[in-house]
Amino acid sequence: MVPFDRLEEAHARRSVLSDRSFIAAIYCATIVFVAVVVGLFVMLFAGSWPAIQSFGLKFFWTSSWNPVTSQFGALPMIYGTVVSSAIAILLAGFVGVYAAAYLADFAPRLVARPLSFLIELLAAVPSVVFGLWGLFVLSPVLRDRADPFLEAHFGFVPLFSGPIFGTSLLTAGVILAIMIVPTVCAISRDVIMAVLAEHREGSLALGATRWETMWRVILPGAKSGIFGACVLALGRALGETIATTMVIGNKPAIAASLFQPSYTLASVIANEFTEATTALYQSALIELGLLLFLVSMVVNGFARLLTWTVLRPSRGR
Amino acid sequence: MRLRHLASGAGVVGSGLCAGIAAGILMLILAYVVREGAPAVNWSFLTGVPHPVGVPGGGVANGIVGSAIIVGLATVIALPIGTLTGIYLALYGRGPFADAIRFLADVLSGIPSIAIGLFAYTIFVAPFRHFSGASASVAFAILMLPLIIRTGEEAIGGVPKRVREGALALGISSYAATMHVVVPAARAGLMTGLLLAVARVTGETAPLLFTAFGSQFWELNPTNPMASLALQVFTYAISPYEDWHQQAWAGALLLILAVFILNVLARFALRSRTSR
Repeated sequence: MVPFDRLEEAHARRSVLSDRSFIAAIYCATIVFVAVVVGLFVMLFAGSWPAIQSFGLKFFWTSSWNPVTSQFGALPMIYGTVVSSAIAILLAGFVGVYAAAYLADFAPRLVARPLSFLIELLAAVPSVVFGLWGLFVLSPVLRDRADPFLEAHFGFVPLFSGPIFGTSLLTAGVILAIMIVPTVCAISRDVIMAVLAEHREGSLALGATRWETMWRVILPGAKSGIFGACVLALGRALGETIATTMVIGNKPAIAASLFQPSYTLASVIANEFTEATTALYQSALIELGLLLFLVSMVVNGFARLLTWTVLRPSRGR
Repeated sequence: MRLRHLASGAGVVGSGLCAGIAAGILMLILAYVVREGAPAVNWSFLTGVPHPVGVPGGGVANGIVGSAIIVGLATVIALPIGTLTGIYLALYGRGPFADAIRFLADVLSGIPSIAIGLFAYTIFVAPFRHFSGASASVAFAILMLPLIIRTGEEAIGGVPKRVREGALALGISSYAATMHVVVPAARAGLMTGLLLAVARVTGETAPLLFTAFGSQFWELNPTNPMASLALQVFTYAISPYEDWHQQAWAGALLLILAVFILNVLARFALRSRTSR
């Protein structure tokens, strides 16, 4: 267990570096890390300064995005980002939490392990592959099958009416949902397991069925952790770039229908940044990046606080 | 009474269905990528460079090499900073400053990669007016840092205190006790973190759009614009050419293979630690 042979080796090499410079190196690395995070904010802020000066707060609630006239309003992208992420978290939250309940409690071990493994691998699939699959497989299926079905049955809701495009807000939402399911599922499973360990036997002993135990005892107990998992996943959906860019249609307009193309903060940066010819155009795009940065800081910070409080004691960190 | 048990059964089955859906979608995506991509993977695809539009054939070798160089350079940057910060957190990390670092690392892991790409652009591309593979490496290094730091802290912190204390009691320096005793003992965990971090950035595309930028040619010099496999998959996929779509699927297959192998290796590294 204790590598004694290494101790001797260490003895031989002990004067390579003095303690003081070693500890200095450790602190340097730590400070570099902090500097990177601070630098991220500073550089993005500096880069967006021209846009902040010329548009002010108007930037966030006007909806004309016109590089030719140098008019930049981010509202369509904010709308597209919020709606696509909302669709994603609605779908992924539902599937992910139930899947987590199954994996944590109901599934036989023989099933739980490979299923968990597959869902974890889903998290590892590169986003460009999701985009590729979404573009060539999912979006035609939605366009030809699912969207017409929704329109036929729920067409009275403006969200599901109007002309149908393959690359749309809905397609982006569904792809994002697939991408964030593993996040919701993995963290929720950990949280549920932590609560299970405490309360499962007690509830079962009182005569509750397995489902009642899960639904009335475990899930309420794991509520804040699961909420944290969903917020974390939401953060991922808000900032996801490549897959969204490939399936959302990239049109800076707000439409009532989910079948229409849209745009997100991240995808407009991905699409237009290298083509941004004027300094103001580029600055406006960087301001979108700054907005993304700040929003995901807040969302992630909030999520970590929620999941930390649940997971920390059980992991004994 | 019966109803309650029926409802319980239905709930169990329903939740199982949800888990099945999530895993099933992965299988579905894999199946498509293999079906569409595998026929296009051949020797010239693996060793050639892209052909001009309209000329059939061509390969992604420059992208594979470009990805390797960009990720390799990113590892060289991120590994020392991340590991040392991890050591700080595990061995010296008490108090509000250390907690702030942990919090920053957690939050940084959720910052969209595109924002980090913009950062790399503003400090390494805009001043030189020149896209470069190295600027992409900087962006990737920042993406890798949180994972390396947190897994590093966990791995180092997992080495029993007595190992380090024993080493120190023998009179060796704190440096030697850490780097030659504690770090080797935590090797498996550190390796896992590194592999996961590499896996995370290997498939990353967004920051490359305005850092590495992409290239149609062989480019081994990281101060120039460079090709990358993930970026090639993206540009080919959104192009209007049928031939390129197929290459995009084939490239996606390679990407998935690379990322899965890295993930499995990471699990393997971790398992070898726990079984020892």
